[in-house]
Amino acid sequence: MSSSEIERQWTTRLRHRVEGKLPPEKMLPDTQPNYVSSWIYVFGVATMSALFVVIATGCILALRGPQWWHGSAYGHFINSLHLWSVEIFFFSMVVHLWGKFAMAAWRGGRALTWMTGVITFLASVATAFTGYVSQSNFDSQWISTQAKDGINATGAGAYFNVLNLGQMLMWHIVLLPLAAVVLTALHIVLVRIKGVVPPFEENPVVENAEVTQ
Amino acid sequence: MTKKAFNPDVDAPKWKGGYHPYDIVKEGSIAIAVILVLTLVLAIVFGSPDEKAITIKTWSNAAPLDFANTALEELNGTSTTAAYGAPYNTASTGQQLGPLQLAKWVGVRIPVNAAKDFVISPLKSLPDQPTLDHQLAVWSAASSSTKNAWLTSYGKAKVSFVNGQVVANTTSAGPVPVMINQLTQMARSGALDQALVTGHGFYTTDYTKPLLFLADSEYLPGLAQHQHLTGDQWGMMNETGNYPGQSWLWLYTFWYQIPPFKTSANADVLVWGLMMVLSAVLLLVPFIPGLRSVPRKLKLYRLIWREHYQETE
Repeated sequence: MSSSEIERQWTTRLRHRVEGKLPPEKMLPDTQPNYVSSWIYVFGVATMSALFVVIATGCILALRGPQWWHGSAYGHFINSLHLWSVEIFFFSMVVHLWGKFAMAAWRGGRALTWMTGVITFLASVATAFTGYVSQSNFDSQWISTQAKDGINATGAGAYFNVLNLGQMLMWHIVLLPLAAVVLTALHIVLVRIKGVVPPFEENPVVENAEVTQ
Repeated sequence: MTKKAFNPDVDAPKWKGGYHPYDIVKEGSIAIAVILVLTLVLAIVFGSPDEKAITIKTWSNAAPLDFANTALEELNGTSTTAAYGAPYNTASTGQQLGPLQLAKWVGVRIPVNAAKDFVISPLKSLPDQPTLDHQLAVWSAASSSTKNAWLTSYGKAKVSFVNGQVVANTTSAGPVPVMINQLTQMARSGALDQALVTGHGFYTTDYTKPLLFLADSEYLPGLAQHQHLTGDQWGMMNETGNYPGQSWLWLYTFWYQIPPFKTSANADVLVWGLMMVLSAVLLLVPFIPGLRSVPRKLKLYRLIWREHYQETE
């Protein structure tokens, strides 16, 4: 096999593309620009860390099935960890989101990074909601019977039945977490490719700018 | 080839300043440890709510007359479910977003016949009930106008709960008093819970019918009111006990508290429509002139990058 033939392979082309866009020093950087020096940057990594704890505690709950935590003190404690990690996750994500808005973090070709972040937030809201309606307790009874009217009014309730415990549980533990994790991974890859957005240049003369084409 | 003009709300200046050491793996590890400890502390101190689910058995034992009245509404077509429209039935057009009848267009995808599914079929499933079977046969053979006359008569009668029986002070309601009383007995025994859940067979995870029946009662909203969960109490974002709940739904819940949504018959679809538009706006901020300039004009970024601006000024 000739080297040119190897270079034409899809695998080789993909590897070159990944190496070009995201070399190891960008994926796992050991330096940051000096302007990356604020508490606001903590909330991005806090969101990811909370997501890790949410998934880990959710996996423990999954081990013994959806009814286990109602009758076990240990199970209830794991549920408490799951709940509070979700609360921390959303708190961190909302602060992160508004921090990024204040920085206009979409500048310099980072619009897709912003958009994947917003979609991740919306997917996370849906994931949490399906968790609340699949708890199989009074909260899930009340929240599902109230929420059905909003979703039914859009027509979506015909296919996304919040009163169907099995359907909501599947969305909560498979489909939506998968979406949230994939979106988060994509978001992080985009952050690593583009880097952290630089401060606004208050001097009107801008040289060597990252001009979005 | 012309060079595109620099737009401060779209483009970013290229960083020509210095760099400092940054250990991303160490930062990530410390962050996970800190979040884990914080989660443990919150879980140990506050725990989590788990108010037991109510059943039709608990409802009918706690409030037998409310149950009997709800059963009558299922039978005469005036309950929320019976009059709902899509996706359960064709009893109404449903909510409209201007000229758009979204639910009606999608149609009946989760068929629920309130009278048949909640009353008639469960009663028919009871074994060895010759009197009830006869009354059900009388009901089935009657014309619609006769059924309506019976139901109207029952609705006007004084209904009481005496010695474990639902008694209606009327002689012109045909088989309705027996049907309502027998359904109440069935509910109080727990058999109706099973009959509604196992409608699709032995294995099921679909609680649509018992939840719709429960939601038609006065009992469920009464409990929710006590737990500060109703719509006018910002209920969608709350949960039982003093827990933060889904506080991230505050904006969604907020619209229900103010006109015109608060009083509109189409509140749900209007709020959903508005939230979809607002979500799209948030998603597309980078492309919306004016809105994408807000951060630059607000100058909150000066707080975030204060060290950078102190060094450059």
